[in-house]
Amino acid sequence: MSSGAAKIAVKVTDVVEVNELVKRFRFERTDGGLMPTFSGGAHTVVEMDDHGTRRLNPYSLMSSPQDRSAFTISVRRDDEGRGGSLFMHNHVKTGMEMTISNPVNLFSLDLRARKHLMIAGGIGITPFLSQIAQLDNSNGNFELHYAVRTKSLGSYVDELTAKHPNDVKIYYDDQKEMIDLENLLDGQPLGTHLYVCGPKGMIEWVRKSAADAGWPRETVHYEEFLAPEPGKPFEVKLAISNKVIQVGETQSLLEAIEAAGVDAPYLCRGGACGMCETEVIGYDGKFIHNDHWLDDSEHLSGKKIMPCVSRFEGKTLVLDR
Amino acid sequence: MNIRFNDETFRNDYTFKNSDAAIKRFPFPFDKDSYMYAVNMEPHTPVREGSVYYNSFDVDEHYVSEMRDRAMVLDEDPLRCQSLPHMELAGWDLLELIMVEKAKDYPDLFELHRDGDNWHWINKPLGIDDKFTFMDATTLPYGPMEYITRQTQGDFCVLDQRDDNLWMDAGMVTTQADWSLDFDIGMNFFEWHAPVPLAHEKGIFVRALKFLLNIQQGAPARRLNWTMTVNPLLDTSPENYHKWGIQKTTLTPENIGNKQHLRVELQTFFRLPRSNGLVFPIRCYLIKLEELVTYPKWARRFHRVIRDLPVELATYKGFIDNRPMILEYLSQFDDGAETSPGVWPED
Repeated sequence: MSSGAAKIAVKVTDVVEVNELVKRFRFERTDGGLMPTFSGGAHTVVEMDDHGTRRLNPYSLMSSPQDRSAFTISVRRDDEGRGGSLFMHNHVKTGMEMTISNPVNLFSLDLRARKHLMIAGGIGITPFLSQIAQLDNSNGNFELHYAVRTKSLGSYVDELTAKHPNDVKIYYDDQKEMIDLENLLDGQPLGTHLYVCGPKGMIEWVRKSAADAGWPRETVHYEEFLAPEPGKPFEVKLAISNKVIQVGETQSLLEAIEAAGVDAPYLCRGGACGMCETEVIGYDGKFIHNDHWLDDSEHLSGKKIMPCVSRFEGKTLVLDR
Repeated sequence: MNIRFNDETFRNDYTFKNSDAAIKRFPFPFDKDSYMYAVNMEPHTPVREGSVYYNSFDVDEHYVSEMRDRAMVLDEDPLRCQSLPHMELAGWDLLELIMVEKAKDYPDLFELHRDGDNWHWINKPLGIDDKFTFMDATTLPYGPMEYITRQTQGDFCVLDQRDDNLWMDAGMVTTQADWSLDFDIGMNFFEWHAPVPLAHEKGIFVRALKFLLNIQQGAPARRLNWTMTVNPLLDTSPENYHKWGIQKTTLTPENIGNKQHLRVELQTFFRLPRSNGLVFPIRCYLIKLEELVTYPKWARRFHRVIRDLPVELATYKGFIDNRPMILEYLSQFDDGAETSPGVWPED
C-alpha cells in the first residue's frame, strides 16, 4: 500500500494504565533514530493486525512536539466499537513491533491567536496535551476547560492542574459541574481562538454556542474522529480495477477496498481530511453518509462518498476506483 | 559532486551563461509539443542523478552569483523579505529543513553539527561559519527564514495553513516572474492567484489547493512553471518593472538568441512539521535561446509550443509582442521531424 502518510517502524516501549478506561502507549523507532518533529494537535495512524484483520486507527499525539525520542498516544477502550481500541488494550504489549504513520495535523493551533481557549471532554484531552506543550515552549497564552466523568476517570487531570494551576479548570460530571460556556465565551479578549475536542454532543454544543454568540467561523476549531459505524453488509463494484467486493458488517468500505488489493488514497480514516473522497458512477439504493467532509448538497447528490466512514444500503453501487 | 561556481551577473552587463553541463541539466518543462495549464504535480523524489530533480534543494554553478544578486536586491528593497509575526516558527522549520537536506546532499559544501539546540552551520561556498541556538532568533544575524534563504537559491513562499486555505504570510522573493510579495503578503491561495487567466475557469486552483492542503511531512511534491525573460534577469519584479519592462523592446533578430531566455520555475512543496505550515520554494532557471537550441529535440518542440500557445497565455507571460520574432528565430531549428516523448534532451 502506498497511500496514507509515510510509515514509521516502531517498537512499543511502554504501556501504562492511566485509569480503568484509558491506556497510554509509547512508541520508539525500531532503528533507534529520532522521531519526526510535529505540531501540537497532530495525530498518527496506528496499523494493527488484529488476528488477520487490518485496522488503521488515528490517535492524537500527546507527547511534546519537542521530544523526538518517542511518540505517545492514549487510547480509550470502546467495548462497543469495532475492535481497534480493544486490540490496543488487550493485545499491544511492551516490546511489540508496530507500524505507525508520520504525523498529520488536522487540528493545529492558529498561531495568530492572542489567546487559545480550549474545551476538552474525556479522551478529547489528548491533542490539547501536545498543543499545551508547544505553547509552553513559546510562552503562548492558553486556558483549558476540561470536563471528565469522575475523578478516577480524569486522564491527566493531576499533571495538568499541577503544572498549570491558573490555566486549567476541571469539571466533574458526577458532581454536576458544568462548563458555563455562555459566560466563558462572553468574557474572552479580542483575538481569542476557540478549540474543542470531545464527544460529538460537546463539539456541536460548543460550535453552536460560539456561532450564536457571534464568533467568526474561522476562530472556532474542532476535531472529531469518527469511527466507522458497523452496518449491513453490501456489495460494491470498483469500476477502474474491475472488481466486485463485499463489505462486511464490521468492515468499512475503505477497508474492504484495501482488502481487495486496491490502493485507495486515505489519511485520517475518520471522515475529516477529505483524502479518500470517491466518485460514485452509479447506484440503486441509499447512502449512509457519516463523514463531515462533504456538505449536505454533496451528500444528497449521490455523486460522492467518503469510504472511510460511510456505507451504502441497496442493490448496486459502482465506484470510480 | 564537484561544482565550479560561476562569477557572473544578472544585471547591467549580464555575464550570466550556462555551461554545457548546465544546459544539459536544464529543467525543460515541455514533455510534448503543446502546452496548457494543468496541476501537473508529482512527488518530489529523486529522478536521474545529476538532474535538478535529484536533491531536495538543487545547488548549481550559479549559486554564489545568485546569492550576491539577492543581497543587492535586498539592500535596495528590504520589503522583498517579510514574515508576519506568527510565522517565526515556520521560519525555524524552513531553516532546519534546508540545513539538514543540504548537509546530507552536499557534504563537501555544507555541514550541520547539532548538539541539542546548539547548532553549528558551515556554508563553504559563501564562507559562512555560524554557531547559534536553535529557536532563539537573537543568536542569528537575521530572522531564521531570512538567514537561510539568503543562502539558498530560489524564492520562498512560507504559507500558513488554516481555514482550509493557504496564506502567503512570509517569504523571500527576489527572483520572481512579475509578482510582488509586498503586494500579496497576507493573501490566501485564491487571492494571490486571481490574475492568472484561464486556470480558474478550468477549476485548476480548487484542485491544486486541495492537493497542497494534504501534502504530508516527508512527502514533498513538485511541478514546473515557465515564462519568457529578455536578458538574464533574476529580479523581474513589479517594483522594478520600469527598469526591466522596457528591455523587452531591445530584441533584434541579431541579438535574440543571446538575449531571449526561457525562464523555468521548479516549484516544490514541503510540509513544515513544527508549524504545520507549507513552504513553496520557487527556483528560477534561465536558459538563452541559443543555449536551448543546442538540443534539436528541445528546439523543435519549443518552436511548436510557442507557436501554438493561446493568445491569453502569451499575453499573461508577457511576450505576445515579441512572439513573431521568437518564432522566426526558433523556426530555423524546426525541420518538422517528430519529437520523442518526455522532457529529457537526449532520450
